[in-house]
Amino acid sequence: MKGPSTLEHAEDNWQTDIGAAFVGERVVYRGKDLFTELNDISWFKHFIFGITNKMFADNEIKLMEKIWSLTMSYPDPRIWNNRIAALTASANSTGALAVSASTACSEANVYGTKAGFLAIDFIKRALIVVDNNKDLAKFVLDELKENRSIPGFGRPVANSDERIIPLFNEAKKLGLANGPHTKLTFEIEKILYESRYKLRMNAAGINSALIADLGFTTREQYYGIIIAFSSGILPCFIDAANHKEGTFFPLPCGRLNYKGQRNRNW
Amino acid sequence: MEKEKITTKIWFEEEEPDNPFAAKTSYCSGYDVYGDLLGKVSWSEYMYLLFKLEKPQPWQSTLLETIAIAIANPGPRDLSVRAAMNGGVGGSTAASCLMAALAPGAGKNGGAREVYQVMRLWQQCQFDLPMWQQKLSNYEDEEAVEVWPTSEHSPGFDPYGASCATPVLQTLDHLTTIHPDGALAYLSTNRQALEQAADSPLGMTGVIAAAFTDLGFTDEQAEMLYLLLRLPGAAVHSIEQKKLGWRKYPFFGQGLTLTNDPHPLNSKQPTRNTP
Repeated sequence: MKGPSTLEHAEDNWQTDIGAAFVGERVVYRGKDLFTELNDISWFKHFIFGITNKMFADNEIKLMEKIWSLTMSYPDPRIWNNRIAALTASANSTGALAVSASTACSEANVYGTKAGFLAIDFIKRALIVVDNNKDLAKFVLDELKENRSIPGFGRPVANSDERIIPLFNEAKKLGLANGPHTKLTFEIEKILYESRYKLRMNAAGINSALIADLGFTTREQYYGIIIAFSSGILPCFIDAANHKEGTFFPLPCGRLNYKGQRNRNW
Repeated sequence: MEKEKITTKIWFEEEEPDNPFAAKTSYCSGYDVYGDLLGKVSWSEYMYLLFKLEKPQPWQSTLLETIAIAIANPGPRDLSVRAAMNGGVGGSTAASCLMAALAPGAGKNGGAREVYQVMRLWQQCQFDLPMWQQKLSNYEDEEAVEVWPTSEHSPGFDPYGASCATPVLQTLDHLTTIHPDGALAYLSTNRQALEQAADSPLGMTGVIAAAFTDLGFTDEQAEMLYLLLRLPGAAVHSIEQKKLGWRKYPFFGQGLTLTNDPHPLNSKQPTRNTP
């Protein structure tokens, strides 16, 4: 048995290189003085530095911003995570609760953080297959058969993804559209679209490939997109807060489609 | 065009004659909640009905109620309760305190995801001791790629325990007397062999997962219930600390060591209890 010695050693003993606030004096952020060494960078560069401990070039940061602004979050309150924010506002609750709950739910299977997490893992594995001169089409179709889906390809609700071309154009303008993962993701789309499954790439597919080409690990990409949904969430909250309380898609009793037990007595 | 509807086996409502948005009667799996159940059923019977859509046997509602008491308050040193108290001392909203408790309370280290993992092990190993021993001695996550972090210990067991903690044993013993024929009984009988395989003593998550297995809950139901039933402690401790205030709450003022301070000699250390 390992026993409690690990906890005994850790009591009142947190060793860290992430940072600390010397209140009333200064702040250290990943080994740098916040007020003298990080005072001149954008919030987004600062945020990505906090996750990766790397200072990315301006065009790389710009690409990440484009991924966030063009593909991650729309102010449509019907989308499930945004709808939580609208419901929260309609219940006359607070903005922070709305954003927190909506963000947590953005870690979803059919969209959002989990989808991005799986997509970058997939494209990284696919590049290893190609680098080892193995059969890409076989790898892709085997993956599809085994998991019945390919992360970064296919989309619930719609067949095509309107986000890919605008983002890819921005990546081209920034000189960041030719990385190996990005080229590969279009090859994979061709394989999948020409197969009987007729799957198209989705935004998670292009995002993950571009991010992988910037050198992000799977986890770093996951951390990076956790709060990317907030640009759609907050406007949906504000919109519903500006409406009369309780009026966001109200449901009368007849809108329940009951499939359960008949009435009975306890 | 037909209006979109919420499909459910759990809940049915008849509307008030003067207002389609107000329910006159609400039925839970066929039982009239306000006309029949209120005053007749216990909280644990109603919880069981909500999750299973059937009336429980007396032992089932007793077992569920005993679980609810055993885990209602993990105590103020627990990670989830501590998170809730951080909400309290800062004067955060009530909901944020409970949401704070849910985040660590969801985890693979003593939280609901650990219960989920043990539920999965029960499904896979059932009463096959060699299989349990093999899985516990070399535990591997089922999904290689997932947002959850990689497991750092065999689920259901306490990675930092010296021996099985007394409340864990008391809970196991008591729950086993309520249902002496199933996963709980198997765990009681084989505890030491399983602890040896896991190289750690049994933890509360292991006991509760066995109890949820005996109740026939799915892994997802068990995960949800574990989150839900541990919230009372988070609630009361966060309220208590809100009243006491941040000055009486640990800040770990001297506990943090910055290993890469660019200007260590120019600095005064932060003082205790000063945010």
